[in-house]
Amino acid sequence: MLKKTFVGAVAALALWAGGAFAQAFPTKPVTVIVPFAAGGPTDVIARIVGEHMSKTLGQQLVIENVVGAGGTTGITRGAQATADGHTIMMGHMGTHGAAPAMYPNLKYDPTKDFAPIGLAAGTPILIVAKKDFQPKDLKEFVAYVKANATKINEAHAGIASVSHTTCLMLQHQLGVKLTEVAYRGTGPALNDLVGGQVDIMCDQIVNLVEQIKGGQIKAYAVATPERSPALPDVPTTKEAGLPDYQVSAWNALFAPKGTPAPVVAKLSDALSKALDDPATRKRLLDLGGVIPEGQQRGGTYLGTFVAQEVARWTPIIKAAGVVGQ
Amino acid sequence: MGELAGHLALGFSTAFSIENLALCLVGCLVGTLVGVLPGVGPIATIAMLLPLTFQVEPTGALIMLAGIYYGAQYGGSTTAILINIPGEATSVVTTLDGHQMARRGQAGVALGVAALSSFFAGTVATVVIAALGAPLTKVALLFGPAEYFSLMVLGLGLAVVLARGSVIKAIAMILVGLLFSTVGTDLETGQERMTLGLPALSDGVDFAVLAMGLFGFAEILRNLDNPEARAVVKGSIGRLLPSLDDVKRCIGPVLRGTGLGAALGILPGNGAVLGPFASYTLEKKIADDPKRFGHGAIEGVAGPESANNAGAQTAFIPLLTLGIPPNAVMALMVGALTIHGVIPGPQVMTKHASLFWGMVASMWIGNLMLLVINLPLIGLWVRLLKVPYRLMFPAILVFCCIGIYSVNNTPADVMLTAFFGGFGYILYRFGFEPAPLLLGFVLGRLMEEKLRQALVISRGNLMVFVERPVSAVLLALAAVILVIAVLPAMRARREKAFQE
Repeated sequence: MLKKTFVGAVAALALWAGGAFAQAFPTKPVTVIVPFAAGGPTDVIARIVGEHMSKTLGQQLVIENVVGAGGTTGITRGAQATADGHTIMMGHMGTHGAAPAMYPNLKYDPTKDFAPIGLAAGTPILIVAKKDFQPKDLKEFVAYVKANATKINEAHAGIASVSHTTCLMLQHQLGVKLTEVAYRGTGPALNDLVGGQVDIMCDQIVNLVEQIKGGQIKAYAVATPERSPALPDVPTTKEAGLPDYQVSAWNALFAPKGTPAPVVAKLSDALSKALDDPATRKRLLDLGGVIPEGQQRGGTYLGTFVAQEVARWTPIIKAAGVVGQ
Repeated sequence: MGELAGHLALGFSTAFSIENLALCLVGCLVGTLVGVLPGVGPIATIAMLLPLTFQVEPTGALIMLAGIYYGAQYGGSTTAILINIPGEATSVVTTLDGHQMARRGQAGVALGVAALSSFFAGTVATVVIAALGAPLTKVALLFGPAEYFSLMVLGLGLAVVLARGSVIKAIAMILVGLLFSTVGTDLETGQERMTLGLPALSDGVDFAVLAMGLFGFAEILRNLDNPEARAVVKGSIGRLLPSLDDVKRCIGPVLRGTGLGAALGILPGNGAVLGPFASYTLEKKIADDPKRFGHGAIEGVAGPESANNAGAQTAFIPLLTLGIPPNAVMALMVGALTIHGVIPGPQVMTKHASLFWGMVASMWIGNLMLLVINLPLIGLWVRLLKVPYRLMFPAILVFCCIGIYSVNNTPADVMLTAFFGGFGYILYRFGFEPAPLLLGFVLGRLMEEKLRQALVISRGNLMVFVERPVSAVLLALAAVILVIAVLPAMRARREKAFQE
């Protein structure tokens, strides 16, 4: 009995202390580690939600771009930061999904070493090709790619980039192995796609939308359940006959493992408020973003989601035999 | 032509709003400051200032960020001339003759020539963007991996010509540069190469780290080693502005430099870096007395400086007409616009006409502002040289360290810079020059990348480089340049041998 009371008292004290801590948090600007270059889609999304979260939290969210090794350099640093909520990070499909299979020496475990805060916006993946690529629609595309696999050149923005892994998934599903041409970043890859030097590419909608509208490249399908308002004429993979190809480049905020639960809850709440703010939503939707709604918000959902993603990507990466270091 | 006038009128009316003029001025001032501070580059600065642009219109934001970018190009030459430390990648060439001029008491003239030729090149480049932006885009798209590789080979030819002294030593330095460029994660396979297991090297050596080490830190070591050379300007500072005679000598180099720089700037993958090197080579080759180069030839400042600025500006063409950023700074501009809901693309000219033309007009206004800011500052800069070196070098070191840290937010980069500083000092002691090494480094990375892309696309067929006409022409040019560069050296040695 006494023991129970004691435990209860300790628990209450801990809760109270935690609560007081959460009330005090944040006591200084919050650093958000973005593991990719400033100006890229993940960075832009972090800055857009970060701006509104600053208002809710009453402290500035400062973006720090720590690039390298497919984003794992920045996440490694974030995972080792002091777990008080003043350093958090924006992980994504690659760093928290594909990375464990791709980097055998990875210093963190996406499912264990983080306190998930919540999903921010994701950007849908498109299948695109140079403008005079033969197939008219996705059905023809699939048939053509299967019949001419050895001739096709696929461009991607570097090992472990979104355009690389998502196209590995496409190849995996079609049962083909295309010739991959690696570029340093989306810009040069897109340049050669527009110039017709390479044939096809998979990438995030925000990187491609204007070139598609301008008729410089053509889009076959968007790999989300619904069409994107940014490109209403482009069918979904489900409509166009490749229903299993469902992939979008999600981005999510994580705190290091051991961050007090009330602090995580406060961050999670601020993120959710940002995603409800009309001006922030408009900005995210303008760039073709998909905003998580309802039960997709918050840390619990993100935790389960990360585990699913790791399980989904591992066989694809293993089958492709891609190994980073 | 009427259409162009209408567009420019729209542009100037946009750019001349009080808010946009103020933003342009702020951008230029910040850019100059960033350029002058060694190590701190426009990328880190623009990334830091991005949040500030949330509150302004996209046009104003872009005008300010662009101001930082080309302002930094101006400022970068100042440190190159005064203290032999290139503030930006593109001002490496300016150190060669610019700093020699400063040593001979002509710092003011060198700075003045740099500012004036940059202004001229900026004006021409603005007109090129406005009038020829769209058609030139097609030229840029002609450049696939094979063409680009051949262009890089041509660039290596230039690196040989760059050398002040021995050709053999220059070639050795280029090879070392190429070797450094292969450190890091392999682009096609993801395997790490020559990283010694250090995470800091997994993405290769950063250009800023190498340049600050070889030039910045090594220069300081060298000066501490040699007290006499330390006092850059001991007695007279000399004239502050170039004389009419100086200006006359610069007209040719400026015109050629502007043309070369503008043409190379359009190419994807940071072709602008090649501009100053190409211009320097050209001027040295056609000069009556090439021996003056490397010892304070004014043409060696004017040509590369105009190429530098012209290239920096025409690099906007692929961004504004295709929506494809040709280098890291431009990629950041895309991000800034995206945050504002303007995704740049081929239709930006028609869909966001006032943004596009406002930006073009602001470039010219910005260049004018930079000239007005920089000319009166020359006196101040030159007086800075009178600061005793014992006070100056710790300041330079501190700024270098801050700058290097800000590039990637990694402390290891600062250590690496110190290492390259030591390396640079050893090179100096043995009479090797760092400039060809840097060029080899810049070209090496692109060259390998493009070579492998071209070969992957052609399924390993080497003929692709000669079958594609543009590539074949570039390779032929490279061969000619190499022969021209190497022949005199060989002849000289033969003559020497005969005499003995």
